Amino acid sequence: MIETKDINFYYRDFHALKNISMKMHPNSVTAFIGPSGCGKSTFLRLFNRMNDLIDGTKLSGKCLIQGENIYKKSVSVDELRKNVGMVFQKPNPFPKSIFENVAYGLRVNGRNDKKFIDQRVEESLINAALWDEVKDKLKKSAYELSGGQQQRLCIARALAVSPSILLMDEPASALDPISTSKIEELIYQLKKDYTIVIVTHNMQQAARVSDHTGFFMMGELVEFSKTKKMFLNPEKEETQNYITGRFG
Amino acid sequence: MRHKEQEMEALREEALEMWKLVISQLEKAKLCFLENKVELAFEVLIKEKRVDAFELKMDSNCENYIALYNPVAIDLRLVLSLIKISNTLERIGDFAAGIARHVIDDNCNDIDKKIIENLKIEKMLKILITMLTESFVAFETENTRLSGKILARDEEVDEIYNESTDILSEYIHLDPQFANCALKLYLLIRKLERIGDHCCNIVEEIVFYIDAKVLKHKKPKEIE
Repeated sequence: MIETKDINFYYRDFHALKNISMKMHPNSVTAFIGPSGCGKSTFLRLFNRMNDLIDGTKLSGKCLIQGENIYKKSVSVDELRKNVGMVFQKPNPFPKSIFENVAYGLRVNGRNDKKFIDQRVEESLINAALWDEVKDKLKKSAYELSGGQQQRLCIARALAVSPSILLMDEPASALDPISTSKIEELIYQLKKDYTIVIVTHNMQQAARVSDHTGFFMMGELVEFSKTKKMFLNPEKEETQNYITGRFG
Repeated sequence: MRHKEQEMEALREEALEMWKLVISQLEKAKLCFLENKVELAFEVLIKEKRVDAFELKMDSNCENYIALYNPVAIDLRLVLSLIKISNTLERIGDFAAGIARHVIDDNCNDIDKKIIENLKIEKMLKILITMLTESFVAFETENTRLSGKILARDEEVDEIYNESTDILSEYIHLDPQFANCALKLYLLIRKLERIGDHCCNIVEEIVFYIDAKVLKHKKPKEIE
């Protein structure tokens, strides 16, 4: 589903990602962990070409989604982002109603059929485990929701355009433990239909939600394995030192 | 039910399955010993491999649960208890297999039934099966009220065990030819006495899991 081959990435002179090759499995959750500045978010942002927006960056190697190199000139970034949704660290709803936040992507993509939009908004909110909490106040501002609800709204917004991949960059780091637990449960439920890649600083979160984990350090992928193995018997000493807190 | 809770429930279910298997092993061991059923004894030996496999699986699943979900409080106590309980159940399974081996290997199967009656082996086995079954119920229903009753039953088991040495010495005294079988019977009764201790260990773990109390190395009076 997602595969990278010898990825090298630079922010001007800074070599941020070094020869990273990895295959991510469909309908599973892959987590990236590692200390700050290790390159995990940079790597995540490659999959929907978010790094294109930063000046002075350079990329070599291949990044394939469903077998196609997404950095080919013929690839439409808009089309790519329809297929690869993203959720960020801080919930970032639009200054619109709850309903319009979810409908936004559909309207931008030219869908104006009211019945279809209504149905898709409801489905997306159900899939994001938010429907029961907001079904009676869809016209209210998204800003009236709590932080955890806003983050689930952002997930619903990403789901509305039917992506097959969902990227999550620290989706629960700004939330309290109860909201975090809801997001984690949601991730677990969503993997039946989506391929999820998550960056997290919270190792326990990676352990709880993911099937595979990649450990990054100083731009290198130190270890990539099944999460159970990573947290029980990692192969590399650096991984062991990091996950046991002995690192540094 | 959340994913983490589902995993926890799966651990509990697996432990209960193992428990049922060990109870059934002990029941079969009792039957094959009392009625000298060699075929049934072989069945116990075959099923013993399943008990061993359960223990390994429980260990691995508990390790994974700790590594992935970082349980705390009652969840942590449950996982810690399950590791010990599955280990203890495996030991009880070994003893059940030991009884089956006694039936298969022993040339003392034709001894006078009166001796077995006097040694109260049937009663001992009945008590042990009750202890193990009650511990199963205590765990399944998360009810520690049964614990005192189960621990008290072990005293009955110990009593029968303690009496057995005198009874067997007497038989040896009457018929020195019987010494070999008497020793084998003594070893068997010793196994049964150990099963009683293991049932008590399981009860201690259940109390630790549910009430967060440590009963280990305490005298019965202190437990009350």
